[in-house]
Amino acid sequence: MSIETKDVEHVAKLARLNLTDEERDLFTEQLNAILQYAEKLNELDTDGVEPTTHVLRLSNVMREDVVLDSLTQEQVFRNAPEEEDGQFKVPAVLE
Amino acid sequence: MTLFDLRLQDIHNQLRNKELSVTDLVGEAFAKIGERDERIGAFLTLNEESARAEAARMDDKLVNGEALGLLFGLPVGVKDNMITEGLRTTCASHFLSNYDPIYDGTVISKLKQAESILIGKLNMDEFAMGGSNENSSFHPVRNPWDLNRVPGGSSGGSAAAVAAGEAYFALGSDTGGSIRQPASYCGVVGLKPTYGLVSRYGLVAFASSLDQIGPLTKNVEDAAYVLQAIAGYDPKDSTSAQVDIPNYASALTGDVTGLRIAVPKEYLEGVDPQIKASVMEALRLLESLGAVWEEVSLPHTEYAVAAYYLLASSEASSNLSRFDGIRYGVRADHAGSLIDLYHESRSQGFGPEVKRRIMLGTYALSSGYYDAYYLKAQKVRTLIKRDFDQTFEKYDVIVGPTTPTTAFALGSQVDDPLTMYLNDILTIPVSLAGMPALTVPCGFADGLPIGLQFIGKAFDESTILRLAHAFEANSDHHKRRPSL
Repeated sequence: MSIETKDVEHVAKLARLNLTDEERDLFTEQLNAILQYAEKLNELDTDGVEPTTHVLRLSNVMREDVVLDSLTQEQVFRNAPEEEDGQFKVPAVLE
Repeated sequence: MTLFDLRLQDIHNQLRNKELSVTDLVGEAFAKIGERDERIGAFLTLNEESARAEAARMDDKLVNGEALGLLFGLPVGVKDNMITEGLRTTCASHFLSNYDPIYDGTVISKLKQAESILIGKLNMDEFAMGGSNENSSFHPVRNPWDLNRVPGGSSGGSAAAVAAGEAYFALGSDTGGSIRQPASYCGVVGLKPTYGLVSRYGLVAFASSLDQIGPLTKNVEDAAYVLQAIAGYDPKDSTSAQVDIPNYASALTGDVTGLRIAVPKEYLEGVDPQIKASVMEALRLLESLGAVWEEVSLPHTEYAVAAYYLLASSEASSNLSRFDGIRYGVRADHAGSLIDLYHESRSQGFGPEVKRRIMLGTYALSSGYYDAYYLKAQKVRTLIKRDFDQTFEKYDVIVGPTTPTTAFALGSQVDDPLTMYLNDILTIPVSLAGMPALTVPCGFADGLPIGLQFIGKAFDESTILRLAHAFEANSDHHKRRPSL
């Protein structure tokens, strides 16, 4: 499998990244090299092998539903780039 | 001998006996930072004012003869991906260059509970992605043994600060080797605990199924001592393990008679001949102390790097999707629409290595490629873990080199991501399997430190600490200091 420029552009869009022409060309080349290296995994027969999603054998972790203090509005907005009237401000979404 | 050469336990005792004040101790750390850090670049943010105020409070406490915490008065530096309330936390990324956390991560709370003093936040590869610490958005860290070489990554600041005598100990995080590889390059002790032993709550996530916090110290005893303070179940981390925490220091008996060591032949292939020679010498020493060793095979070792980079990048692309420039972080100016704002903020905020991994991960998880890449890598991960499980049926510890080479020159691999990824070939398999592993200095090649890696069974930190401590007690590599 090899990645072409248009694939890199598509992936960048999915990842919400704008790439410069230079980055697009560089990533096309580098991702191809990395994925070509990853082809190595196909040397192994993994039929019937369970995937390891997690090294600890944990099932769902539950706790009692207890009411705790939540963050104050001041804390929530402490790092907000733009805030107005107790809301995060973003560019207009509707026309 | 300087204060920095003392064991943490000895410093603690000197404080308790009033032979030393916390103010002097903290003053010494900032004096060293002032004298050296311009050349090393280990720190991103200093916490000087609060640390000095805290030291004064602690000295009062000493006068009053109150009970003291486990790490009382000991100055610590923490990798800048651990959230510290009211102290800037950047992950060495422009994206978070203005981030002022509103809470402490669990390890930070535990350090405070143990009465350690946070002296500052340490440099790293951006979002912990990299093997050389050259991917920091701010400035690279330099190796204290040779300022033209890398300290390793991504906990390069943590390793360099300890090696340079700027911090008495440090915390780092390890995803594919990010504690062990820099510790090895800088000639200090680095411990990656079993996945789940130390809470990840308040650690900015890179690859959630792999990330683990651990100590970087000057000797094995200090590592045991720090692990004691930070290990333990945390209900705030759903992947935290509910296991009993032993007394790690009491495991350091010096007796390793009959311990069975496995040495994977794959770990000795392709490593620098001087590193191989040091490892063989270390094995002879361990043998003379009563341990026995045999060569074994971990046949899937060669597939670990490929599996790791697919998995870690996939998890990273998912974890980093939260950086959108809306709720925190640096927001791009002049974005026309909401979607432009996401694109612009992320494009301006992330550096090249982070973008590369987001791209790789997004591709590996995208429709049509998930089975071929992500799922395949998770199955290979199972095979790698089986190699370890089978070996530990017969042996107590696996021993080998930590890295295939010593620290390389700054700038020498920065344009070649694949070569850079291969530096972690000896640390990555352990990370995929979730086992604990420890590196200690075991020699020098052309003046640069070599690391010896001890890998243990899950939650059996005590045994690797015991064996490494016995090795250290009978060698003096860990006592050498860089001339700065």
